Amino acid sequence: MAKLTMTVNGRTLSADAEGRTLLSDFLRGGLGLTGTHVGCDTSQCGACVVHVDGQAVKSCSMLAHEAAGSTITTIEGMANADGSLSTLQQAFQDHHGLQCGFCTPGMVMSAAALLAENPKPTEAEVRHHLEGNICRCTGYHNIVKAVLAASGQDVSGVGIAAE
Amino acid sequence: MPKDGGIGASTKRREDLRFLTGNGRYTDDINLRGQAFAHFLRSDVAHGRINRIDTAAAAAMPGVLRVFTAADFAAVGGLPCGWCVTDKHGQPMREPKHPVLADGKVRHVGDPIAVVVAETYAQARDAAEAIVVDITELPAAINMKAALAPDAPLVHDDLPSNLCYDWGFVEDNKAAVDEAFRTAAHVTTLELVNNRLVANPMEPRVAVGDYDPWNDQHTLYTTSQNPHVIRLLMGAFVLGIPEHKLRVVAPDVGGGFGTKIFHYAEEAFCTFAAKQLKRPVKWTCSRSEAFMTDAHGRDHVTKIELALDKDNNFTAIRTETYANMGAYLSTFAPSVPTWLHGTLMAGNYRTPLIYVNVKAVFTNTVPVDAYRGAGRPEATFQLERVVDKAARELGVDPIELRRQNFIKPDQFPYQTPVAVVYDTGNYHATLDKLLEISDIAGFEARRADSARRGKLRGFGVAHYIEACGIAPSNLVGQLGARAGLYESATVRVNATGSISVYTGSHAHGQGHETSFAQVVAEMIGIDAKQIDIVHGDTANTPMGMGTYGSRSLAVGGSAIVKATNKIINKAKKIAAHLLEASEDDIELKDGKFSVAGTDKSVDWAGVTLAAYVPHNYPLENLEPGLEETAFYDPSNFTYPSGGYGCEVEVDPETGKVEIVAFSAADDFGNIVNPMIVEGQVQGGLAQGIGQALLESCVYDDNGQLLSGSYMDYAMPRADDLPMFKVDHSCNTPCTHNPLGVKGCGEAGAIGSPPAVVNAVIDALHRAGHTHVTHIDMPLTPARVWAAINGN
Amino acid sequence: MYAFDFVKPGTLAEASEALSHDGALPLAGGQTLIAAMKQRLNAPEKLVSLTGIPELKGVCAGDGGVTIGAATTHAAVAAQAAAYYPALAALAGQIGDPAVRNRGTIGGSLANNDPAACYPSAVLASGATIVTNTREIAADDFFQGMFTTALHDGEIITSVKFPVPQKAAYAKFQQPASRFALTGVFVAKFADGVRVAVTGASESGVFRWTEAEAALTANFSAAALDGLSVPADGMIGDLHGTPEYRAHLVKVMTKRAVVAAG
Repeated sequence: MAKLTMTVNGRTLSADAEGRTLLSDFLRGGLGLTGTHVGCDTSQCGACVVHVDGQAVKSCSMLAHEAAGSTITTIEGMANADGSLSTLQQAFQDHHGLQCGFCTPGMVMSAAALLAENPKPTEAEVRHHLEGNICRCTGYHNIVKAVLAASGQDVSGVGIAAE
Repeated sequence: MPKDGGIGASTKRREDLRFLTGNGRYTDDINLRGQAFAHFLRSDVAHGRINRIDTAAAAAMPGVLRVFTAADFAAVGGLPCGWCVTDKHGQPMREPKHPVLADGKVRHVGDPIAVVVAETYAQARDAAEAIVVDITELPAAINMKAALAPDAPLVHDDLPSNLCYDWGFVEDNKAAVDEAFRTAAHVTTLELVNNRLVANPMEPRVAVGDYDPWNDQHTLYTTSQNPHVIRLLMGAFVLGIPEHKLRVVAPDVGGGFGTKIFHYAEEAFCTFAAKQLKRPVKWTCSRSEAFMTDAHGRDHVTKIELALDKDNNFTAIRTETYANMGAYLSTFAPSVPTWLHGTLMAGNYRTPLIYVNVKAVFTNTVPVDAYRGAGRPEATFQLERVVDKAARELGVDPIELRRQNFIKPDQFPYQTPVAVVYDTGNYHATLDKLLEISDIAGFEARRADSARRGKLRGFGVAHYIEACGIAPSNLVGQLGARAGLYESATVRVNATGSISVYTGSHAHGQGHETSFAQVVAEMIGIDAKQIDIVHGDTANTPMGMGTYGSRSLAVGGSAIVKATNKIINKAKKIAAHLLEASEDDIELKDGKFSVAGTDKSVDWAGVTLAAYVPHNYPLENLEPGLEETAFYDPSNFTYPSGGYGCEVEVDPETGKVEIVAFSAADDFGNIVNPMIVEGQVQGGLAQGIGQALLESCVYDDNGQLLSGSYMDYAMPRADDLPMFKVDHSCNTPCTHNPLGVKGCGEAGAIGSPPAVVNAVIDALHRAGHTHVTHIDMPLTPARVWAAINGN
Repeated sequence: MYAFDFVKPGTLAEASEALSHDGALPLAGGQTLIAAMKQRLNAPEKLVSLTGIPELKGVCAGDGGVTIGAATTHAAVAAQAAAYYPALAALAGQIGDPAVRNRGTIGGSLANNDPAACYPSAVLASGATIVTNTREIAADDFFQGMFTTALHDGEIITSVKFPVPQKAAYAKFQQPASRFALTGVFVAKFADGVRVAVTGASESGVFRWTEAEAALTANFSAAALDGLSVPADGMIGDLHGTPEYRAHLVKVMTKRAVVAAG
């Protein structure tokens, strides 16, 4: 066991962790931030994506001690300062981009990383960027729509059947 | 326009706020003070005799509290099966024991042998490696047909063979069906596989057992679609805990798709161990563990024959299916290939004679049970494939062949030859709508464009029927169900007019907290924000049967309507007293009770306050308070239907199939929240397309699971799918439930696989590869390439 | 995972010292190793992180080539190598997914030598040189069959030196589940000839398709490959494709790489 300190969602936090502790387990168990989810053990599903020093990473595939001294953002740190939903989070609600909610934290974190580097992505770019985040509920339609909407693009005609 | 928060409005989901901010409360987020951690040691062979288990070294490892084996469960029951199918000779199915921990034999890779409970999860896992297990590996029964051979290894030594049942439906029709085939002008035959799938909700299963010795009170937190069912099965049949001493909580659940209906050994273990150790005991499933313990889905091998007369009218259908049960009978497994499959073999068609034969087989694989659609996708797939194949053989348009044989709009209610009666539907309308939104008129130009790019374009349709809203309890009782299938609701109106609705349905992504509130808001005429929907805890909800089979709104919603009507009736009595009018003259509109033809009125909160502060109140005739419970037992299934159209591009060099467009025209009856309904369809489509193109759970001949992680089990990703066109404007409301709703949760997964396969076959035929009459799912690039090249 | 000691040295010298002890394993981005350790397939006593050593990171161009630090992530290569070696950058941008690319490193990928990994094809086709803390190894000598390389225990890859070809491209056909290469082909045209390296297909790991190299050296066009075929013997057969299918894909992907290279 060794003491581990990192800045998470703007707060400097410390807890003890074994060398083998994964960042996802440290966040969930050590720090009680259970918004980060673990949906697989082969680094495929992306439910555990957080930002480490501004970069999206799969926290289940990174040792907690690798993040010592780093600045971490998790889903708990994504809302506006007043607690209201951020533009991206709000777009997920507005466009029904989530159902069971389990993949949602990772999906939001990955989408936020995309919009940070590509503020106006195409549909194909959104789909490609999210290839490491598996959702079993939505069929991705409304997730893609939400990300496009969050980037300020008009999605009113997307996938709408003729009335 | 419906008003926001009422029926028909795309009200945004209230549950999203917690999910989008990381504040959902899933079972793995629950950490109880003093909890210990369980790790299951599982079989790595498919079939073997356990000679010896030595746990002494493991028990001495750091942090270990106790190591459990089958011996610890000698006094408790096995995991029960909730449905008994009667075979074609009138005999009950063979029902082997399903011990909590493997007893004497292991029967599939993943079968639990022992459990270590320790202070930390890592210690439990470390110690599990110190358990010495001496197993003699036995030959395994994996392939279903081979498993029925006389010399096949027996999965269960106390059964005479690996046959669970041989079911015929309708047995009395068999001779007439055979005669129809003898006299048919044309017979189309198709042999196919409905590929084995893993449901893969993104949240793996979790169980946390807790025990309060001072009150002899057990609590199980679990990832379940139906906490009351778990309480009943585990309490009554496994652990012998009476309901009042057992609370089951299914909090936020991260998807289910059927696989979280069933009662699993880990739930019983954690509940049991918590009492033994006087400590909360937690088990969290890894994804790799989920692949070898979650009940799988589908896995049918079928031969279907379609008989037609000289005018291309369908005259008879005959099928023979082998259905994999796996090593043990999961909770509802026997019902899936029988009553959820055979009863749907009429599809949307007027075929007068149908005979379905199903042989259910035990194999050394994970148990197989209901997965999104459960039986209905298997029925739809064979039917919609054989109709397409027949059209090609006859040289007619597959769409027109369907239209010609559809049940006509004026034929409802329609009695099928396979027991069920469709109440409403208009298949011509959904097919026409599908062709419109698919822009079939522009297909030829799009095909030519694809051809210029070296791609083969094809268009395929499928039309489905399903039976949802399971079901009339007396009917399913006759069919072998060991449970009722009603739903419950308690509507508790508070003194100031706010309402808590306690439902026996369970939401794990469906948005009930929003849509159920819309129903109550519409009925009373108050703001939906005044209404909370409570579910998932047996301590505060009435006995309910949970969520599966697209039943929540049709059955659970109907229970809420029934309870709310009781509330309204009582509230009208109170209002009549307050307004000094006759109860018959009281009208409720927009949350206000008024006397017809006058301007006298009292608002909702005025009545609710009077109910709880009954100073001016007809106490001699009416109890105070405003709380009602209702149970709703449906009089029939509901029958959603629809037409699905898939457009694909095939790369002939690699065999890769790309879905370039997908359209769905569904008839779900009335709709409460269109946004949620569209989301359900989109998600179902992704799972159906996943089955058609990507997903396959494969064992080798020794019973080793080859697709045991996301490295080999191909889950649909964002870039595998297009935007979907989803229409639900062709609605024929259900005639026998109060909301006129039919259910929408499974349709996408039911109708899409045959549409995809039909589209690929269409693309190959248009390109001259007419030797390809069928490709088994999933249509991987390798399989499509091999088919094109005649392999 | 089994318990282990974790150390994160700041210099290559410290890392070399830490790895000189029995039971010590280097940890690069961890995108493969950590998953394997979760399955308890590896049991190091000590894990030595290579991610905190500045001298192992970065992309620099010079002498007609590009040198990439071993601990440079796939995302960094995709972004920083694009100006010097676009085909290599494009390959890096196709590995895994964005989050994996933010952790996974070129050194880790090469040391692991997964038979379906992308990087080995670029390294072999480019005729790159693998530089370690003790020596330089030519690509043709480095890859020694699936999951096997010329590296000794404790030896650390420090950088990879790529000569930049006149034309190059990578054509990848994804395995649908893992998104690794079911078959990936990297084609590199140099002044003195063409090199073609294939990943994902062979039971022997990454290999050079010498017949294609000869044909393309004579005539750098997809049509030059028409008469060639790859035998199915020795190709991988699994859930996702037969040996025959992979052998077929080698040719299809090689053609596509040639077309993409222009």
